Amino acid sequence: MITIKDVEHVALLARLELSEEEKQMYTKQLNAILEYAQMLNELNTDDIPPTAHVLPLKNVWREDEVGEHLPPEEVLANAPETEGQFFKVPRIV
Amino acid sequence: MELYYLTAHELHDLLVKKEISAEEICRAVFDRIDAVEDKIKAYVTLTRDRAFARAREIDRKIAAGEEVPPLAGIPVAIKDNMCTRGVRTTCSSKILYNFVPPYNATVVEKLEAAGTVMVGKTNMDEFAMGSSTENSGFFVTANPWDLERVPGGSSGGSAAAVAAGEAITALGSDTGGSIRQPAAFCGVVGLKPTYGAVSRYGLVAFASSLDQIGPFTRDVTDCALMLNAICGHDPLDSTSAPRDIPDFTSCLRDDVKGLKIGVPREYMGEGIDPAVKEIIGQATGLLASLGAEIEETTLPHSRYALPTYYLIAPAEASSNLARYDGVRYGYRTEDARDVVDMFMKTRSQGFGPEVKRRIMLGTYALSAGYYDAYYLKALKVRTLIKQDFDRAFEKFDVLLAPTAPSPAFKRGEKTGDPLQMYMSDICTLAVNLAGMPGISIPAGFVDGLPVGMQLIGKPFGEGTLLRVAYTFEQHTDYHRRRPSL
Repeated sequence: MITIKDVEHVALLARLELSEEEKQMYTKQLNAILEYAQMLNELNTDDIPPTAHVLPLKNVWREDEVGEHLPPEEVLANAPETEGQFFKVPRIV
Repeated sequence: MELYYLTAHELHDLLVKKEISAEEICRAVFDRIDAVEDKIKAYVTLTRDRAFARAREIDRKIAAGEEVPPLAGIPVAIKDNMCTRGVRTTCSSKILYNFVPPYNATVVEKLEAAGTVMVGKTNMDEFAMGSSTENSGFFVTANPWDLERVPGGSSGGSAAAVAAGEAITALGSDTGGSIRQPAAFCGVVGLKPTYGAVSRYGLVAFASSLDQIGPFTRDVTDCALMLNAICGHDPLDSTSAPRDIPDFTSCLRDDVKGLKIGVPREYMGEGIDPAVKEIIGQATGLLASLGAEIEETTLPHSRYALPTYYLIAPAEASSNLARYDGVRYGYRTEDARDVVDMFMKTRSQGFGPEVKRRIMLGTYALSAGYYDAYYLKALKVRTLIKQDFDRAFEKFDVLLAPTAPSPAFKRGEKTGDPLQMYMSDICTLAVNLAGMPGISIPAGFVDGLPVGMQLIGKPFGEGTLLRVAYTFEQHTDYHRRRPSL
């Protein structure tokens, strides 16, 4: 059973700020969804390996060669705020 | 029939015979957009000037006697979660409302190389999260067959654009059914290729182990042509499968004799509208009369696909959407005290309710103490679901099922209850969890609304799907019907 406190904790982890109304709504909705998900417990999966991905993944390496990259002005073009060749953010401490 | 309602292959024939020009096709489609877009609202962004310039370029090539590829001059709509250089890509989210990518997604590059003409970027559920296109951060798209109803989701804009004559073909993305379900609701063909068959480079990620790009078209021949254009290994995508791609048009044979088609009983049971079942039953009968061997089968873990999906997809989404923090691109709040406050406010103001709900759900499922009980459990059940398909495909060439449990539902009908909305994808989710290819084709109508039949294939078995779909199409006329707008 998820409580409002759980929702507040998860929202903090997810960097979301929720209104009181949203906290109430998500508490109710997440409970309904997770209760529905309880049906997975009908299945014994002790000896079943997890499938995180359907393809056999392996690391893909490339040669360590100097290549073309986007010019800094294009990289910064979408930034809300820049200074010189840097992304600018509000103070951290 | 008007130019905007022809198929790509019909238009190509007219183009190479010089009976029409690419510019005329382009004008026909934009005139149609001008006439109906107010009702449909399929597009977030239109690229009119760029499209006409591109069409004229194709005409110059034809005039110079150059041979042009089958999709040259064909107007294509692109779902707004695929990066387009110099054209904003919003994912229908306020958090990306002003993002202009400096590069093209691989599929966009490939379609440009194939000579297509991009008409614009289509509306969608925000970050592809939804089943009705009602979760767009901007506006709701209407179903061309009934403007009070949803076009399906999340690629509802792309499906509606093709159905309404606002594009000849389109691209969508399918994470849990987001191509097939809107294709069914809008009465067009929609194909989700095998996971890894089409590059995801430049697709804004939702759930990376499930997302796959695919086409919307008016018929199966166009679907094969689009697949020819977008499939193939891409070194820029580490999940792209290194395989040779056949010419999919060579699979278009009016012949299903001897093919074994399984009908999973779980997809024809509780929760499926009786009228939909009847149409799927008739379609099955037609394929049997044409020589296919039809047999009932079982995918016993099907009922677990929905909860499995709604733990795995949000978990991946919560990770993928961590990048939207207002630092490098997109929306940034104006009144932040410090950088953490900026992250919190930017994300809270930028994301819509469905996206927040899935981020919360995914964060919870991945958090310490709950990871094993929810996320790991879901990954194990995913194995069981995949094993069901593997077993079924030892016996069958294709599986056949409804695409959606009902025809298009009314706007607002399911928005208050997320679980009810999630049920809309109940026939399609398992295919993504197992990585299989699936196609939806028009199979009939209920009260004037289209119903889709879903064909599911073995991994990289798109050719067989196209063969069955093409055969069905040759003996029916549902794909030729158009909505009156």
